[in-house]
Amino acid sequence: MRPFARRWNPRLVFGAIVAALLLGCTLFAAQLAPHDPMDQDLLNQLRPPVVMQGNDPQFALGTDELGRDLLARLIHGARPAVLVMLIGATLSGLLGMCLGLVAGYFGGWMDAAVSRTVEIFMSFPPMLIAIVLAAVIGPGLDTVIIAVVVIGWTRVCRVIRGEVLAMRELDFVASARTAGVSHLRIMFHELLPNLAPLLAVLFGLEMGRAIVTEAVLAFIGFSSSDVATWGAMIAGGRAYIYQAWWIMALPVAVIVLSVLGLNALGDGLRQATDPLLRR
Amino acid sequence: MSSGYLAKRLLLTLPTLFGVIVIIFVLLRVVPGDPIAMMVPPEATPADVARLRAVYGLDKPMWDQFLIFLGALARGDFGTSISLKQDVFGLVVGRLPATLELALVSIVFSLIAGVALALIATHLRGRWPEWAIDGFNSIALSLPEFLWALLLILALGVLIPLLPISGRFDPTQQLGLATQFYLLESLVRGNFTLAADLLPYLVMPALALSLPLIAVIARMLKSSLQDALVQDYVLFARINGFSAGRILIRHALPNALIPAVTVAGVHFIFLVGGTVLVELIFSYPGVGNMLYRAAVYRDLPLIQGITIAFAVLFVLLNLVIDLLYLVINPRVRHS
Amino acid sequence: MSVLAIEGLRLAIGETPILRGVDLAVERNCVHGLVGESGAGKTMVGKAIVNALPEAARITAGAIRFDGRDLIAMTGRARRRLMGRAIAMILQNPMTALNPVIRIGDQMADILAYHLEVSRRGAAARAAAMLAAVHIRDPERVMRLYPHELSGGMCQRVVIALAFACEPRLIVADEPTTALDVTVQYRVLRLLKEMQARTQSAVLFITHDLGVVAKLCDEVSVMFAGRIVESAAVADLFAHPRHDYTAALLAATPRYDRPASTLTPIPDALRTRLLQEAERV
Repeated sequence: MRPFARRWNPRLVFGAIVAALLLGCTLFAAQLAPHDPMDQDLLNQLRPPVVMQGNDPQFALGTDELGRDLLARLIHGARPAVLVMLIGATLSGLLGMCLGLVAGYFGGWMDAAVSRTVEIFMSFPPMLIAIVLAAVIGPGLDTVIIAVVVIGWTRVCRVIRGEVLAMRELDFVASARTAGVSHLRIMFHELLPNLAPLLAVLFGLEMGRAIVTEAVLAFIGFSSSDVATWGAMIAGGRAYIYQAWWIMALPVAVIVLSVLGLNALGDGLRQATDPLLRR
Repeated sequence: MSSGYLAKRLLLTLPTLFGVIVIIFVLLRVVPGDPIAMMVPPEATPADVARLRAVYGLDKPMWDQFLIFLGALARGDFGTSISLKQDVFGLVVGRLPATLELALVSIVFSLIAGVALALIATHLRGRWPEWAIDGFNSIALSLPEFLWALLLILALGVLIPLLPISGRFDPTQQLGLATQFYLLESLVRGNFTLAADLLPYLVMPALALSLPLIAVIARMLKSSLQDALVQDYVLFARINGFSAGRILIRHALPNALIPAVTVAGVHFIFLVGGTVLVELIFSYPGVGNMLYRAAVYRDLPLIQGITIAFAVLFVLLNLVIDLLYLVINPRVRHS
Repeated sequence: MSVLAIEGLRLAIGETPILRGVDLAVERNCVHGLVGESGAGKTMVGKAIVNALPEAARITAGAIRFDGRDLIAMTGRARRRLMGRAIAMILQNPMTALNPVIRIGDQMADILAYHLEVSRRGAAARAAAMLAAVHIRDPERVMRLYPHELSGGMCQRVVIALAFACEPRLIVADEPTTALDVTVQYRVLRLLKEMQARTQSAVLFITHDLGVVAKLCDEVSVMFAGRIVESAAVADLFAHPRHDYTAALLAATPRYDRPASTLTPIPDALRTRLLQEAERV
């Protein structure tokens, strides 16, 4: 197996940087943020960022309608997003992968059951499911994670199932069967390594989606209410969009960057690990 | 293609619909918060609460509730909204045209733009337009409609104030229309000035919904066009002296659409699902927008009605796409 | 003047030479066979004439004269005007030559309306007449069908009908019967001969089957490694082959009257010598 360092590509670098930034903000929010995110300063409301007129240098990115420092709120907002992203994407990825493997490999009634379930889940707009779940369970970060998993597993399951269906017919599986290898071993030792690049891409996509789901639920007010979240910032900023558009623009920019970075990470990992893509 | 096939296809949608209904029912009965408690004034007695609960049928055992539920659905009775105190069916149907119009405009626009981009990228292969279109596709695909909606608001609504960022029409304007299909009806009536006034409100929501679909169509179609152009029948057309442009549109495109529709079909459904969020962001008065309020008030009947509406819409859309596929692929028709 | 005169044509794909100076002439009302092994470059000659070369191919020298005018030097537009009208081509695989999602009748009407400059309705009538001319029964029914609903032989008849529709001066036929059953082959070849006699077109018939050449062609050129090694009237070539390769080719053809143990392939020594000669040119 080639040393990992030789497989670096631009996408992977970009993705890794974004991931590192996100992680850094999550772990070291208190140290990085220049102010307390909840600290209201009613003398300094709606201050623009440093590059614009009327700014106050102690608030590098400006303040919101209650005088809270936007940079601090952005940094602290990373934590709920990253938590949802890591836990949610991992769980939905695992669930989707296992069900997809089983459905694609065994076929028959198991495939029918899983496919029918996926079809039923996909009969709803994903955001509708998220909102309804939030209404049913109540606001909170765990609700968001549950929503992410409920929506996300079907996407992963479908793709994995398709791949497994195709791989099942290939010779290396047949030879493993004739050698007497058990189904379980085949799935985890033969099929899974071949699925790894695809899973990397899917994982990147799911993480991006998880962040958006969190932002959406926060936007509506169903995420955790005790910390600053990017979605809540967007919702709050929308009311002041004509006077202080940066309040909404900054969290949007951060989310866009995160999604692009996480997608790139998944794609970059695939390029680095896929033996068929050797340059 | 016989009506028998159509009937069979419709029949196949029933198990899925049934599963959907069961899930909706189960999900909304597991509510930890109590919607009744949210509705009653503080001085209400437990007897009042119990009476109200009985009115909404929430005091009977689960199985009974389910049967009553099914029976009511079959009659078209979707219950009464707890928060708005009106008939749910009426509420949903009242808002449905707005959502349908938005979805329709978005889909039509996506088709035209996606096909056009794919044709341009194929015709001008190797030159900068192809490169630009590929880049556009990548970017359009990486962000979901929610983010595009917000970016569009910032770019075209605030920083360069071109378009309105909320609502469906100017509240000071008199519409004088009979149905809720504002744009369609104004076009049908020939009232083009009214249509022109309505259009700016649709531009940003439709654009936010369309961008991912345009990218999917453009990408898939470009790939299948390139596959089609190396086939023998294209060579035959060239040998017969047809120009490159005519070959692309008359010979390659009809063949290339077949695999593209298969892939893009699923994304049409995603687009309709995306209306839920986009309506919320643009305060567009459609069915999806109603969901938010219903969720906040734990308005079970309304949430139910909206969810069922979307599920039925999706199932119908699936059917339409399957039929569309039959129309464009003659080879499948005869098997 | 010959209808088709190829002079010193050289063609390469990337760095690899494919045609090393081809000289060929086809006269009016003459069926001229072009034979050789696979890879000799026969198909490339055909594609060069109708401007259907792959993207990577470059013509490095020579001319292709149609009634005296050099096709290579012509503008794209001028050349396209000739295609399908004055110069027609019959492809090897008839099933894939026709567009799978358009009805036969519509495809034919398209092409005929474009070439003959008539209305769609007039073109449709012409199409029915052409189908009858190629012995297709019930042309109206066939015109409503899609290509995948026809047999290979019928598809080839449609293609032949389209090729002869404008009474072209030159027809390039690239192995038109190779993909068909033997019994169907015979009928299609007979049809070709019949149509050719009617229109008096010049035909360049590319094939690897010497038996077909014997039955169908008036003259024949033998090709090896991108060059023409011999060119003569059919009867002369078969009776008195002048070049070693031709003789070897004729000898290699299996015959029913000789026992199987006497299969004589083309000797390697001959092949090597000829290749070296070709590369020096």
